[in-house]
Amino acid sequence: MKSAGWVKDGINTKRTKPLGTNKHGALFYLKRDWQLYLLLLIPLVFALIFKYGSMAGLVIAFKDYKILKGFAGSKWVGFQVFEKVFAMRDFGKSVRNTLLLNGLTLIFGFPMPILLALLLNEIKNKYFKSITQTLLYLPHFLSFVIIGAIAYQIFGQASGIVNNLIEACNGTRIPFLQEDNHWLITYVAISVWQSMGWGTIIYLAAITGVNTELYEAATVDGAGRWAKCINITLPCIKGTIVTLLIMNLGKIMGGSFESVYALMNVATTKFTTTIPVLVYNYGIKSGKFSEATAIGLFQSVVGLILVLAADRFAKKLGEEGLL
Amino acid sequence: MDSATKIILPKTNKAWTKAKAKNRVIDIFIYSFILIVSLTCVLPFIHVLSKSISSEAYVIANKIILLPKGITLSAYKKIFADASIIRSFYVSVVVTFLFTILGMIITICAAYPLSRKQLKGRTALTFIFMFTMYFAGGIIPEYLLMNQLGLLDSWSALILPLAFSPYNLLIMKTSLQSSIPDSLIESAYLDGAGQIRILRSIVLPLSKPIIATLSLFYAVGRWNAYQDALFYIKQRTDLRPLQLKLYYLVVAATESFQAAVEGSAQLTNPEVLKASCIMFATIPIICIYPFAQKYFVQGTMIGSVKG
Repeated sequence: MKSAGWVKDGINTKRTKPLGTNKHGALFYLKRDWQLYLLLLIPLVFALIFKYGSMAGLVIAFKDYKILKGFAGSKWVGFQVFEKVFAMRDFGKSVRNTLLLNGLTLIFGFPMPILLALLLNEIKNKYFKSITQTLLYLPHFLSFVIIGAIAYQIFGQASGIVNNLIEACNGTRIPFLQEDNHWLITYVAISVWQSMGWGTIIYLAAITGVNTELYEAATVDGAGRWAKCINITLPCIKGTIVTLLIMNLGKIMGGSFESVYALMNVATTKFTTTIPVLVYNYGIKSGKFSEATAIGLFQSVVGLILVLAADRFAKKLGEEGLL
Repeated sequence: MDSATKIILPKTNKAWTKAKAKNRVIDIFIYSFILIVSLTCVLPFIHVLSKSISSEAYVIANKIILLPKGITLSAYKKIFADASIIRSFYVSVVVTFLFTILGMIITICAAYPLSRKQLKGRTALTFIFMFTMYFAGGIIPEYLLMNQLGLLDSWSALILPLAFSPYNLLIMKTSLQSSIPDSLIESAYLDGAGQIRILRSIVLPLSKPIIATLSLFYAVGRWNAYQDALFYIKQRTDLRPLQLKLYYLVVAATESFQAAVEGSAQLTNPEVLKASCIMFATIPIICIYPFAQKYFVQGTMIGSVKG
């Protein structure tokens, strides 16, 4: 077999020259590590086709794309598509909605895991702790479709259990998911609920890393549980909190298609048109591919800038950063 | 609180019990809070489960809270008799299985070479792979690409595009770098073993936990996703995975526009059927959940440590 010879060559070369010390040509490394490069070929093909291949399609944001003419045949129009898109009311609304949904979810969803982790840390009963943790993590494992479907079973106006109970207490039925402002609150509540348990993992790990001597010293000094929590645990996990907060701020322009799409309905459209939903409606549903691509590209670029800025900022504060 | 707990050396018995009592009260508060919050995570599922096995009259009368009434499995029988739902289940199983295997092959093939320091061009290659985590073509370019490749309405549309995951690659690479000693690989190398042989007979057997973790990441992620199916599976309804099917059956058919329920004419009681359909899609995840949870936690921990 051909490969046998290659292997031998590789070994011979390697034996005369120790690993990676001397300067060699590219051919030398290719010869020595050809098996590694061969392995890399498979993921490289997938990344190039499906990740970078789709990036090539971004050119249609600068073209008047007609499906029949194709990418190459369509006319270049510079930034005309962007000018058109930025002037549209739908666009401004979608940016507002994306920021609003992500912002509210961040404001209410960010402190929850910290609170839960601090409280879970106080629980000494091993079985109680592991059972409640198992329950708390559960929503994270279920798809947004299931969450959406269950949300309608729970909060539906005509037969949702919450409304049944409200009615049983002589209250009036509340359109949790069938009226715009209620929908917004319900969406944020469900998002917070779904991610709060899973979010505790990182904090619990950080708390485990706290030096136990600190607690012992504090006990000797007469500190109570509350004092220890505020003066030891919180400062010790501050780094984690700050890093995660900055990372989450960096993702504030991120798309949340699945979660919004599984909860929206025709009665509530005021807050549900986020950027990805608008891109879907424009592009795949109505065939306005250039406009939809421009909107998507805007989101990706702003998102990338925000992530890079967040990383810079985190590093400036002396935290680890994410890149 | 401070005054009570400050007394570490109890001068009198009374002060000590006071502090202890206060501690108890705090404990009760913490335990109850955690209990209530965790119950909110499970009661909705119990409610829907009860609905799904209750008889229709009770459900229509809004009588079901947490316990089923007039237990019957007729809704599940209808679901198992519905060929399109069973077909969706089959599609999901096949797609999840193939996707997980392909995803793991890709992840391992990328992570092992990138974890070797001797690899020339390692930094550049890592950048090429990891850049896709922060910037992507987006919905429309991806859709048009699938269209150009002729993959719309095909099995491949659900298996190929997401099989390369930079996040999973990062976890695998981090794990290989930290858990397998360089000296082990170097000595095998000096003994004349090729890199593929080292990967097969040393690295893979030592990486079983991370392989299990990432397989679960891939499998659960694939099982739960519906966005790509919604975009790419249009005409061929026989290729709808379970989540998309559930979306069309239950979510898109909300109370305000029930007329849109697919084939609602022959369904005698949509409410019970909806509930049992939700449970039908939920139960597979619940079944693997106790086993998967541990691995998920570990994987997330590695993922949070930047590579």
